[in-house]
Amino acid sequence: MTLLSPTWTALLYLAAAACFILALKGLSSPKSARRGNLIGAFGALVAVVAVFLSVKLDNIPWILGAIVVGAGVAAPVARRVQMTQMPQLVALFNGVGGGAAALVALLELPHTEDAWVRLAIVFTLLVGAVSFAGSAITFAKLQGLMTTRPVTFPGLPVLMAVVLLAAVAAGAVVIASGAPGWALVLLVLGLGAGVLLVLPVGGADVPIVISLLNAFTGLAVAASGLVLGNVLLVVAGTLVGASGTILTRAMASAMGRSVAGILFGAFKGGSTAGSTVVSERPVRSSSAEDIAVLLGYAQRVIIVPGYGLAVAQGQHTAAELALALEARGIDVDFAIHPVAGRMPGHMNVLLAEANVPYESLKEMSDINSEFKTTDVALVVGANDVVNPAAKTTSGSPIYGMPILEVADARQVVFLKRSMRPGFAGVENELLYEPQTTLLFGDAKDSLTKVLGAVKAL
Amino acid sequence: MDGMSLLTITVLAVFVGFEVVSKVSSTLHTPLMSGANAIHGIILVGAIIVAGQASDPWILAVGLLAVVLATANLVGGFVVTDRMLEMFRGRQRPPSSVDAGQATGREGRR
Repeated sequence: MTLLSPTWTALLYLAAAACFILALKGLSSPKSARRGNLIGAFGALVAVVAVFLSVKLDNIPWILGAIVVGAGVAAPVARRVQMTQMPQLVALFNGVGGGAAALVALLELPHTEDAWVRLAIVFTLLVGAVSFAGSAITFAKLQGLMTTRPVTFPGLPVLMAVVLLAAVAAGAVVIASGAPGWALVLLVLGLGAGVLLVLPVGGADVPIVISLLNAFTGLAVAASGLVLGNVLLVVAGTLVGASGTILTRAMASAMGRSVAGILFGAFKGGSTAGSTVVSERPVRSSSAEDIAVLLGYAQRVIIVPGYGLAVAQGQHTAAELALALEARGIDVDFAIHPVAGRMPGHMNVLLAEANVPYESLKEMSDINSEFKTTDVALVVGANDVVNPAAKTTSGSPIYGMPILEVADARQVVFLKRSMRPGFAGVENELLYEPQTTLLFGDAKDSLTKVLGAVKAL
Repeated sequence: MDGMSLLTITVLAVFVGFEVVSKVSSTLHTPLMSGANAIHGIILVGAIIVAGQASDPWILAVGLLAVVLATANLVGGFVVTDRMLEMFRGRQRPPSSVDAGQATGREGRR
């Protein structure tokens, strides 16, 4: 049943593409973001209805059943997931999208004789499979199903090169002959390449890999649009490819590293394995009551949350502390480093969940000049992102990474679990400075104690 | 549609994508990722087409698997993005948590 003429179908696809662009455009401000996302979902609905009405389809009951199954599995998971587990969920959804693109390309192969279309099929198969397998490994790392340390073994780079060369050869055969058997070989090689790509990446670098794989899936979908001659898939896939590329670059520069360095760094042996060496130098540690006095009689406080805060589930307590301080007439903001959390912008989501208004969530570039006029910078569960070694020590692994300039504040308070260095394994000189005070303990416990002491002031 | 038109559209989409995404506030990078993720779930359209053209049961099975995966991507992506964006509220919000209200009230009297 084809109720729609090709012209109407094209118009509906165009409308859906415009909805997707508006969805991304809405994200320029938290005010318009939610409406934008709903517009995007509406666009997707329009496109799905359009395909049912415009293409002559068999097996419609089966297809509808499959849609119900997919939605029935994904929607409850999406509704219940904890915000700290967001990175794994995004990786998972990204992987299944890449897998779907690869399967579509595989099934479309017998329908074409055109070498260019076959080239697009080969590209979709390979990139979709890399994205699927890479996302699966990323998910396993984030979910704690496997070690978050870089997994390397001698000969890994050689194996990777062999797999990629074999994939190129298999791809050439597919383009020349259109043989489905070789397409399956290509699919398997792509899965292998995805696993080998992500295995050597360390836990701290996973955010970059997620956004890179997101871009990959986008490109695979765009290529599948070329295969099917479907404009909507081309536009949607390209938009996602662009967003993934921009995010990947933004994350890499926020860590002061190159994307290639992160992906291939572990191959050379220089990865982000955290050091466990604990220094014996003296530091000034203090009680929750003393810190409450520091905070309670300040005029301006900036809270710098790191992933330690999220691990301890302390974001709600941090938000309460901010409220309690604001009630005393103190100006409180949160300074968010771009790589705080486990994916780009993760910390903002965690604090938004704790009802911190988005006006209080300040980007690094906006707030760095304000530390000079700040009485107390409260660093909770963060270390590398405030480490001055990134600016001063040229041999340091984090050298060149932009940091939050907490050292400019009159007083710096660290809530830390121990003196153990952060992911980068670099000692933080700031901990030994005279203006620095430390409170040892779990981030949430420490915050609860400080909060209680502030309320008692 | 002929190859040249598709190529033109692809190149223009690249520029639109870079233009739109580079204006996204870094506060919203996580919703951007999950939103972009949802958008590539539109591969569902392709999955429906290949499943709808399948005559062999094995090919249908693979096509239906693609439909399930793509739907999970599309629906899950939009739902989770909506959930996240719902949490981003401005300063003038109604007192949503009892805790926050009490803290403000108690401190306000001092």
